[in-house]
Amino acid sequence: MLGKVVIMFSSSTQRMKIHLPLFPMLLTLLCLPACAEIDLAGSWASVSQGDDVLLLADYTGIPYNEAGRAKALSYSQSQMSVPERVCLFYTQAQLFGGPFGLRISNETAPDGKVVAWTLAGWEDRAPMTIWMDGRPHPSDHAPHERTGFTTGRWEGNVLVSYTTHMKTGFIRRNGAQHSDQATLTIHFLRHGELLTLAATLDDPIYLSAPLYWSRSFRQTRGQVEQLAGPCIQGDEGVAEGVVPHYLPGQNPFIDEMNKSFHVPVVASQGGAETMYPEFRNKIKDGFVIIDKCTRCGGLGPGPRR
Amino acid sequence: MSFRFIATILLAIQLLVGARAQTGGAPKTAALPDLIGYWVSVVTTMDWRFRMVVPPKGDYFGLRLTPAAMKIADAWDPARDDASGEQCKSYGAAGIMRIPGRLHIVWSDDKTLRVEFDAGTQTRFFHFGDGKAPATDVTWQGNSVAQWETSGSGGLKVVTTHMRSGYLRKNGVPYSENATMTEYFDLVHETAGDLRLIVTSNVEDPMYLQQPYINSVQFKKQADASGWDPTPCSARW
Repeated sequence: MLGKVVIMFSSSTQRMKIHLPLFPMLLTLLCLPACAEIDLAGSWASVSQGDDVLLLADYTGIPYNEAGRAKALSYSQSQMSVPERVCLFYTQAQLFGGPFGLRISNETAPDGKVVAWTLAGWEDRAPMTIWMDGRPHPSDHAPHERTGFTTGRWEGNVLVSYTTHMKTGFIRRNGAQHSDQATLTIHFLRHGELLTLAATLDDPIYLSAPLYWSRSFRQTRGQVEQLAGPCIQGDEGVAEGVVPHYLPGQNPFIDEMNKSFHVPVVASQGGAETMYPEFRNKIKDGFVIIDKCTRCGGLGPGPRR
Repeated sequence: MSFRFIATILLAIQLLVGARAQTGGAPKTAALPDLIGYWVSVVTTMDWRFRMVVPPKGDYFGLRLTPAAMKIADAWDPARDDASGEQCKSYGAAGIMRIPGRLHIVWSDDKTLRVEFDAGTQTRFFHFGDGKAPATDVTWQGNSVAQWETSGSGGLKVVTTHMRSGYLRKNGVPYSENATMTEYFDLVHETAGDLRLIVTSNVEDPMYLQQPYINSVQFKKQADASGWDPTPCSARW
């Protein structure tokens, strides 16, 4: 039914005729190397700056709708010191904002088949377990966790993960948030010692279009930094029962990007149009280059933190 | 004995298939057809302020520069670049992918991919195999040698040398003529139907970079040339 290929050969001592199933052979020839799963296990150092220099009310390039923008502008950083919220993990979206590297491992079944890939946690992000065994995602009514629930599949040599059931969390640590209905899809693109994660955050509540991210890492034999010490609870004296916030129109940091980098407020408030080149035409005329950098950070010589 | 023989045959065929793909005997037929067409930059991440506007003078956050490079960056003067006709320094091969705009990717001939940029009205040529001997003179876009990858995630690999000294960022962060850039082009199919191009680049420059500058940018496929807007190089925007 599947066809057979006949291989005949002879030598001075023997003559052989071998019948082989054609389909598995062709599959082997066609799939290798294109269908081979690649090994992602190991330590991967961050080579991107992350959001180390982060200004409040910077939502540039985030395709926010009105609800998303309003949610972000209502956020006060003092929420982090509310007892219920201190030392909470961020969601898996932090993979694209945090400064740390990746430690990737896999879990195998007794037959050697990979059951799950795991991205080890950071001090502020729970581990991501990518289930590869075909298990379904939980019901829509199942509880959401900051770590979410993630499954994966191979598309050729590219691992594609899909995360659902996250809680509301940060897109950026400055209060830009995604909803608990958001889903995160990540393509793991490996080229030798480079690994690029290309992600898509879909959020029907706060985004008017998918948010695309990409971030690169470099393989290292050293231990990647993932912990900067235990979380220390802060106390800003927030009264019990109070949730720090800003009412609409009262966020005092709305022009921080303008003060620091001459990025106009119409840009820092985000929106799908801020992702595309045409948007530059809107802000070009009023833009003035800053002649001296005062809030830029910069690594300079010496070891990177 | 027989299984060993069969395995040997399979291995030999596999090596032949792999070798053929590696050498790029027929680059155009081996191409990812979806790569051809118009693409638009999508700028979403924390480096928005480095790409969509001109960053402040001296802002080289995230880069490990040598002291010589920092000296140049700190002395950046766009008026001087204008006056000397050097407005295209940030539109060289090592910088242009990060400038918001559109790409038009087409085959120039059977062994050469042509990548046109509306920003700065620049063109890069990706030469497959022995499509072109290494250039002797440096140019803004340098000499790029391409191959389809059969290992890793697949896609297109491009190595560029012979670049005229330019800027990694609009604000005068330099790369030198000794720089080498390796790029990987990957296609990602989105569930919503979008097709995304991810370009991961690794710039190595012993003169101005203490560590390789590795970053990735992304583009979205367009159905046509909508928005294609060739503009001249600008030192100030």
